[in-house]
Amino acid sequence: MIEKTVKIINNAGLHTRPAATIVKLASKFKSDFFLNKDGMHINGKSIIGVMTLAAEKGSEMVLSFDGPDESEAAEEIINYFNRGFDEM
Amino acid sequence: MDTKQDNILKGIAAAPGIAIANAFIYEKEKESISDESITNVDEALQNLDSALAQSRKELRKIFSLAVDKLGEKRAAIFDAQIMILDDPILISTIQNRIKKEKKVPEFLVEDEISKYTRLMNASNESYMKERSHDIEDIKNRIIRNLKKKKLRSRILNDVVVITSNLSPSDTVLFARADVKGYVTDFGGLTSHAAILSRSLNVPAVVGLHEATNKIKDGDLIIIDGFFGQVIINPDEKQLATYKKKLEKLTEHDEELNKIKDLPSQTIDGREVKLLANLDVSTEMDFILHNRAQGIGLVRTEQLFEEHEEFPDEEKQYQIYKSIAEQIYPDVIIIRTFDIGGDKVLPVDLHEPNPMLGWRGIRLLLDSPDLFKVQIRAVLRASSHKNVKIMFPMISSIYEITESKRLIDECKKELSAEKVQFDKNIGIGIMIEIPSAAVMVKEFAQEVEFISIGTNDLIQYLLAVDRGNDIVSKQYQEFHPAVVRTLKHIISEGKKADVSVSMCGEMAADPFAVPLLIGLGLDSLSVSASAIPLIKKIIRSLNYKELQVLADECLLFKSETEISKHLHHFFNTKIQDLIKNLIRG
Repeated sequence: MIEKTVKIINNAGLHTRPAATIVKLASKFKSDFFLNKDGMHINGKSIIGVMTLAAEKGSEMVLSFDGPDESEAAEEIINYFNRGFDEM
Repeated sequence: MDTKQDNILKGIAAAPGIAIANAFIYEKEKESISDESITNVDEALQNLDSALAQSRKELRKIFSLAVDKLGEKRAAIFDAQIMILDDPILISTIQNRIKKEKKVPEFLVEDEISKYTRLMNASNESYMKERSHDIEDIKNRIIRNLKKKKLRSRILNDVVVITSNLSPSDTVLFARADVKGYVTDFGGLTSHAAILSRSLNVPAVVGLHEATNKIKDGDLIIIDGFFGQVIINPDEKQLATYKKKLEKLTEHDEELNKIKDLPSQTIDGREVKLLANLDVSTEMDFILHNRAQGIGLVRTEQLFEEHEEFPDEEKQYQIYKSIAEQIYPDVIIIRTFDIGGDKVLPVDLHEPNPMLGWRGIRLLLDSPDLFKVQIRAVLRASSHKNVKIMFPMISSIYEITESKRLIDECKKELSAEKVQFDKNIGIGIMIEIPSAAVMVKEFAQEVEFISIGTNDLIQYLLAVDRGNDIVSKQYQEFHPAVVRTLKHIISEGKKADVSVSMCGEMAADPFAVPLLIGLGLDSLSVSASAIPLIKKIIRSLNYKELQVLADECLLFKSETEISKHLHHFFNTKIQDLIKNLIRG
């Protein structure tokens, strides 16, 4: 299992478009993927779940990956966070 | 014995006819979701599946059409909504709950999705509340589709539908069933319920306000589409009166049947072509039976509602070809999709003012792929030279020349593909926006024919929303500005040597017909059900007198004067048979 704290760095925060992209990325992998924030434990393959997360610029959350292809999944999704959802 | 009068509701007579049948209450908005138990789990799972599939189809339809117009933000929302329909966690949770709890799927969809919207609403961020609305939208869409499925199986034949209002997609739903009449709380003469009823030849009374409150499922209903009244659980006397009226009506229909094969012309020989409007494909038999001399308006957006998605070129070609073949050698005029406004897309685009928004030719020219598929289908159906094409909502010369350019492009493609079509296909435009009425002289030089769409023309000319009950009294066919605008369009059209027709609801109003013919219209395109009566009226009039009547009407300053004058003319000139019928 891989756990990593990430920060939201784009101006608009985790809005609908990046939420959808995260889910699409996660769905490519077999591993389980969760987003943990403010006591919420959200399945990253569920768009409606990810959309319930309010995450403005500057906020942090913990991503966890667990499964056969967890390192590939972690790399791709963490990169997407670090690129500011390609909105920088 | 006194007749009990407290069981009579008065509204607007929207489609003629009388029916006695049981009420079917259709309450789409109010219907609450109960946690009813189910016995057949497999069926419930299947219903959920097909509701999800249907919702996916609807969203893709909107998305495919509007993606460039939505803006990135709203496009992303649609994309996310489509993803929600496939959300593995959400959908499997709902499926498991159906299996375990054995409740109706709509209840579990509501319950499960509401968990998420509650979380969103609890957030302090304002955008989370907005997001919660988007999730509500998709939830309601799924539930609507679940209920629609249920409704389809619940609609009985031989009922009078009682509802607050009918949307175009509701009308398609009901057109498939054998409904005896329509009663609505809201809407006016040009509402979808009214138009549909007239094309299906069933009576309708609209704008009753309290119908859904006062009438209960299964009540015996008399609907009088001549008088605009509805009688709830009639007493014996009322029932006897209406049974007699129904008999008279049958006699009258037989009377009209006798002139079916006689020409549509005035006593002094002026011919006025009577064409039919085609809204739903089931009307075709009726159109042929009533001897329409062609189809003056095929409302293709309505056909496309029947198919629930954009039919591809082949499918459209088959539909148009079949209509053209059935009416051959007479002509059909295919109006390209008039989507937008209050048709097909309104809820989905959230335009602040859809009637002044992205609709008709504007939408088509912005979606050349969609437009060209339709043009190609129409061209292919024209090989027997009895098909014409017409564009809706024209307001500038550019829209005409650009549309013609696209037609030329399609013609070239088809020629290269060695496909047969009518190289000289007739092209026409709707005159339904005041700017087109003003510019009609120049516009007419670009086309072969023009057709006046009175529903929109009146609404835009008088700035009155035809669907708005509060101002519906200001929606006046006989407003002097309307009459004078019609005169202008018809005279300028004649000078340009194009044929001038009318395809709005006004063309089917018995009181308006003498005026319209007097103003010089060459043809009227009306619901098939109106053709026999309009022909009867035309055959009992003198064109010379009608020209005088029209000139008199052009001098009046108020709607009241014109309306009074036309009613007086009608009562003195038109034969008793018709008069008695309309008076009830």
